[in-house]
Amino acid sequence: MSAEDTLLYLDGVSVSFDGFRALNSLSLLIEPGEMRAIIGPNGAGKTTMMDVITGKTRPDTGTILFEGKTDLTAMREAGIANLGIGRKFQRPTVFENHTVWDNLELALKAPRRPLKTLTYAVGRDDRLRIEEILDITRLSPKRERQAGSLSHGEKQWLEIGMLLAQDPKLLLVDEPVAGMTDAETEQTARLLKDIAGKHSVIVVEHDMVFVRELGVKVTVLHEGSVLAEGSLDAVSANQQVIDVYLGR
Amino acid sequence: MLTRFLLLGLDKKAGVLLAVLALLAVAVPVMALGTAPDSPWHLSTHSVALMGKYLCFALLALALDLVWGYVGILSLGHAAFFTLGGYAMGMYLMRQIGPRGVYGNPILPDFMVFLNWKELPWYWHGFDQFWFAAVMVMLVPGALAFAFGWFAFRSRVTGVYLSIITQALTFALMLAFFRNDMGFGGNNGLTDFKEILGFDIQAPATRVGLFVATVVALAIGYILASSIVASKLGKVLVAVRDAESRVRFLGYETERYKLFAWTLSACMAGVAGALYVPQVGIINPSEFSPASSIEAVIWVAVGGRGTLAGAIIGAVLVNFGKSYFTAALPELWLFALGGLFVLVTLFLPKGILGLAAQLRQRLPSRGAVAAKPAGQKGV
Ligand SMILES: Nc1ncnc2c1ncn2[C@@H]1O[C@H](COP(=O)(O)OP(=O)(O)OP(=O)(O)O)[C@@H](O)[C@H]1O
Ligand SMILES: [Mg+2]
Repeated sequence: MSAEDTLLYLDGVSVSFDGFRALNSLSLLIEPGEMRAIIGPNGAGKTTMMDVITGKTRPDTGTILFEGKTDLTAMREAGIANLGIGRKFQRPTVFENHTVWDNLELALKAPRRPLKTLTYAVGRDDRLRIEEILDITRLSPKRERQAGSLSHGEKQWLEIGMLLAQDPKLLLVDEPVAGMTDAETEQTARLLKDIAGKHSVIVVEHDMVFVRELGVKVTVLHEGSVLAEGSLDAVSANQQVIDVYLGR
Repeated sequence: MLTRFLLLGLDKKAGVLLAVLALLAVAVPVMALGTAPDSPWHLSTHSVALMGKYLCFALLALALDLVWGYVGILSLGHAAFFTLGGYAMGMYLMRQIGPRGVYGNPILPDFMVFLNWKELPWYWHGFDQFWFAAVMVMLVPGALAFAFGWFAFRSRVTGVYLSIITQALTFALMLAFFRNDMGFGGNNGLTDFKEILGFDIQAPATRVGLFVATVVALAIGYILASSIVASKLGKVLVAVRDAESRVRFLGYETERYKLFAWTLSACMAGVAGALYVPQVGIINPSEFSPASSIEAVIWVAVGGRGTLAGAIIGAVLVNFGKSYFTAALPELWLFALGGLFVLVTLFLPKGILGLAAQLRQRLPSRGAVAAKPAGQKGV
C-alpha cells in the first residue's frame, strides 16, 4: 500500500530521551475507517507514539504523514488537532473547574479563533449534539457538575465524549478502560466499535478482554518498534510476543 | 449581538457592584459640591481625590485579575502598563501648561528648557491634542504588551519564569525613565499640571468630574471583563489556566488567547494610570518600581483571585488601610502589608469573596453558587 491511500503513515520514526530510545524506527499504517488496537508491555512506547503523532513530542528522525500528504512533524499541537486528530490521554485530563457541559462545549467542533469564541452562542444544532453525547456517555444527570468532582471512570467517559464532540477523522485513545468496571468496559468497547467505520481509531489498551471484544487487527509494540501484527489470536500465539510478556 | 454579549456576564454580584458604583457617581458629586463645607455630609476635595485614586487602583486590580485569575499569568509588572498610561496622560497635561511654566516657554515643558533642549522631541508631538493622548493611553501599553506577549507566549514561557520577566520589564522601564535624556522629566517626572480639557485641574468641580470619569471607566471595565469571562472565550481562558496543553490538543492556539487577554488587560491598566495622574497631580518613574506591581497582586489576592469583583474590593480595602496606616504608623505599613499577604495566602486562599461564598454555603437557606476556584496547572 502506498502512503497516499493511508490515513496515517509512520515510517522509521525514532525518539530518544537522554539517549534512551523510546521509539526505535517505528513504522505503522492506518487505513481510512480502520480501528487498530495497540498492545505492548509498560514502557513499550505506546504513549510516546501518540505524542509524536499529535505534536507533543518531535521525532528525531522519520516520516509521519496524515492523509498521505500532510507532514505532521512540522506542525504544532493545535494545527494537528484542527486537521482532525483527536486524543484521549492515558491519565484522564478534563477541565476540572468547568462543568461537564462546558467541557463538551469547549471540545465541540466549532471555529477555534478568539474572536469567534468571544461571540459564540450555543445554537440549536450544537445543543442537540451535546445532549446526544451526554446521553451516549451517560453523563446527562451530571451535566452541571464540575468535572473535577467526577469519578475516575466518569472522567474517562467525559474525555471520550469530548473526543466525539471534536468529531475528528482519527481518534487516538490511550487506555480508555483503566479504572472501569467490567460492565463499563463492555459499554466502552461497544461505543468505540460504533465510532469506527465513520472514523479511524487507534486504541492502546492492556486489558486483553477489552481488546478481544473489539475484534480488530492488533499491533504489538516492544522497545519502541513493532514486534508483531495481526489478529489477537495470531499475535498471542507468536513466540516472540509470548517471550516479551512472560519475560516481564 | 453586542447587548447579548454584554448581558452575558451580569449576574447578581455584578448588579450589586454596579449599583454601588452608580450610587458613588451620584452621591459623591452631591456631597462634594452641593453641601456647605461645615456640613457633616460634606466631602473635601482631598477625600474625593483619594477615593478617585482608590478606584484607579481598583481598575488596575481588575485588569490584573483578568490575566492572573482567569488565564493564570501572574504578572509582576502590571504597574508598567498603568504607569505608561499615566505618562501618556501626563504628557498631555504638560502640553496644556503652555506659557504658564516657570520659564514661560509656550511649547517646551520646563524640564526641557532646563536641559537646554531647543525643540520638542518627535514623540512629544500630538500630545497637545486630548484625543491623541487618549488613544496613546491605551495604544502604548497595549502595543508593549502585545510585543512582549507575542514573544513570551510563543516561546512558551510560563509560570515563575514569565513572572520574573514581567518584573524585569517594569524594572527596565523604571531605569529608562529615570534618565533625563529619555525626555520624560527624569526622576522628577511630570507635574505642576494646570488644566485638563480647559478646566482648572485644582477646582473642586474638576476633581468631581475626574472622580465620576473614574467610576464610569471602572464600570465599563468591569462589564467588559465580566462579559469576556462569561463567554466561551472566557471558558477557554480558564481551561488554559488549568491545563494549557490539553487546550492545544483540542485545536485552540492558546498563544492567541493569552495574547488577547494580556493586551486587553494592559490597555485597561493604561486607562487606570491615565485617570490616576490628574487626580494625584504627578507621575514619576517610581511608579514603575517592582513593589508597585507586587502590591497590585496583593490587592487581588486579598479580594479573591478570579472573581473580578474581589479585585475591586481588595484594591479599595488595602489602599484604604494603607492611607490609614501610613498616617498613623508609617514605619509599620510594609510589615502590615506583608503580614496581610501571608495571612490571606494561608487562611483565605480565595480571598474575601471566597470567604463570603463559603459562609453563604454554610447557611442552607440561601442557594448561592460559589465562585469558581482558581485551579492548579495540570497535564
Ligand atoms: N518525556 C519523557 N522523558 C523521558 N523519558 C520518557 C518521556 N516520555 C516517555 N519516556 C520513556 O519512554 C519509554 C516509553 O514510554 P511510554 O509512556 O511511551 O510507554 P507506554 O508504552 O505508553 O507504557 P505504559 O503502558 O506504561 O503507558 C518509557 O521508558 C518512559 O519512561
Ligand atoms: Mg502509556
